[in-house]
Amino acid sequence: MEFLGYEREQGGVGTRNYVGILSTVICGNEVAEKIASQVKGATAFLHHQGCCQTPVDINRVNDALIGLGKNPNLASVLLVSLGCESTNIHQVADAVAATGKRVETVLIQEEGGAARSVARGILLAQDMAAEASAQKRAPFPLSELVLGLKCGSSDTTSGLSANPVVGILSDLIVEAGGTSILGEVTEFIGAEHLLAKHAKDEETARKMLALVERMENRAIQMGFDIRGGQPTGGNIKGGLTTIEEKSLGAIAKAGNSPFQAVYEYGVKPDVKGLVVMDSPGREPEILTGLAAAGANVIAFTTGRGAPQGFPFVPVIKLTGNEKTWRNLKDHMDFSVSSVMEGAETLEEAGKRLLRELVDVASGKMTKAEISGYTSSMDIYMVGPVI
Amino acid sequence: MKQNAIMIKAQDNVATALRDLDAGQTYQFVAGKETLGVTMKEPIDYGHKFATVDIPKGADIIKYGEVMGRATAHIPRGAHAHVQNIESLRGRGDLKKKGD
Repeated sequence: MEFLGYEREQGGVGTRNYVGILSTVICGNEVAEKIASQVKGATAFLHHQGCCQTPVDINRVNDALIGLGKNPNLASVLLVSLGCESTNIHQVADAVAATGKRVETVLIQEEGGAARSVARGILLAQDMAAEASAQKRAPFPLSELVLGLKCGSSDTTSGLSANPVVGILSDLIVEAGGTSILGEVTEFIGAEHLLAKHAKDEETARKMLALVERMENRAIQMGFDIRGGQPTGGNIKGGLTTIEEKSLGAIAKAGNSPFQAVYEYGVKPDVKGLVVMDSPGREPEILTGLAAAGANVIAFTTGRGAPQGFPFVPVIKLTGNEKTWRNLKDHMDFSVSSVMEGAETLEEAGKRLLRELVDVASGKMTKAEISGYTSSMDIYMVGPVI
Repeated sequence: MKQNAIMIKAQDNVATALRDLDAGQTYQFVAGKETLGVTMKEPIDYGHKFATVDIPKGADIIKYGEVMGRATAHIPRGAHAHVQNIESLRGRGDLKKKGD
């Protein structure tokens, strides 16, 4: 099986072919958004970080922007900066340009204000969009897929159907030589002993367990029961009672493949196969983290109906809840309620999902893309705003 | 055929409703190799859980064959098993604050 994608000079294959307008700081968002809105084929990445933060977080923002810029779904990158922020636009530009991509920069203070910045940014992005659009899709093996895994607005059907179906999809991608990234470390809590059995070796298991401990301690330090935050109010309405129950269902997304390595947030895996990446479960932060790690397609399970997508990585929504499938058809791409009804096995649904994934990777639009529900983006920070 | 409920592992003491279940009705569902019949003590919404045995206060709640929490009250067979009678054992900053 093959998919049709965009070859990139320094490795990786895009499933999309956007000009990325990346703001390097919260204060550049207005300009980046306006540029993207005026250029067909361009899309903006906006966030709330990049200044008045501790060095650990500033480095995270720099690294995340570099990862996002390198994502193979971007043909070229225009960076927008205010000019006085803590992030380093030139460092980001150089690192992304090292992949062979065209990278341009607009600094609002140097340009002489927002209007001039928008005008020059539009002209640059128009030229970049013309270049990008000349590239044609070509066939590539599934080993070029980097699949991000995510569940959101879960209910009890998630753990019983959609998550295990995605687990089978993940195993199929791994068998084909591709990469699959499991994040949402919060949702390992209570199930980490089972996930640990899937580690390649003891050291890899220990690294994963350390991430879980760090995440749980961060929550405990706040002095409250995390219930209400995790599981969320919506999860509870959907029948999920404890974080342990949510986690036991959530880790089914990892399938049965051994995980090969454990990474910090947004770090691109240097091995193939299933890997674990630090990330909370909230949509903007994990979708951004997966994109920064190089994911070129994301499978997102939902029970109650999560509509969120990402600007330049297609996010496939699947649900096992037949009511959600009926009520939220303009947000849901794929139903596995047949599994809940016993009409289809998990394996059959997993193979059907792989065909959908290949179609989406080859250009079929997701519901999030069609409806423009693609602004779920932000960078996961660990320290305070100062 | 549409099923009433699912019990994932034989050692589980809760099952998940696969349709809205009515109070006072007895529902059959497959639990491993046998079929169980449980009479609902109260209405159970789609996706919510009920006890498949009498669960004493303080006992582990088992789903997927794993511990998913602890009973904070006696949960009779057929009763709604959820946040009103089950607590989490993890991420409990509230317990730390009290010096637990």
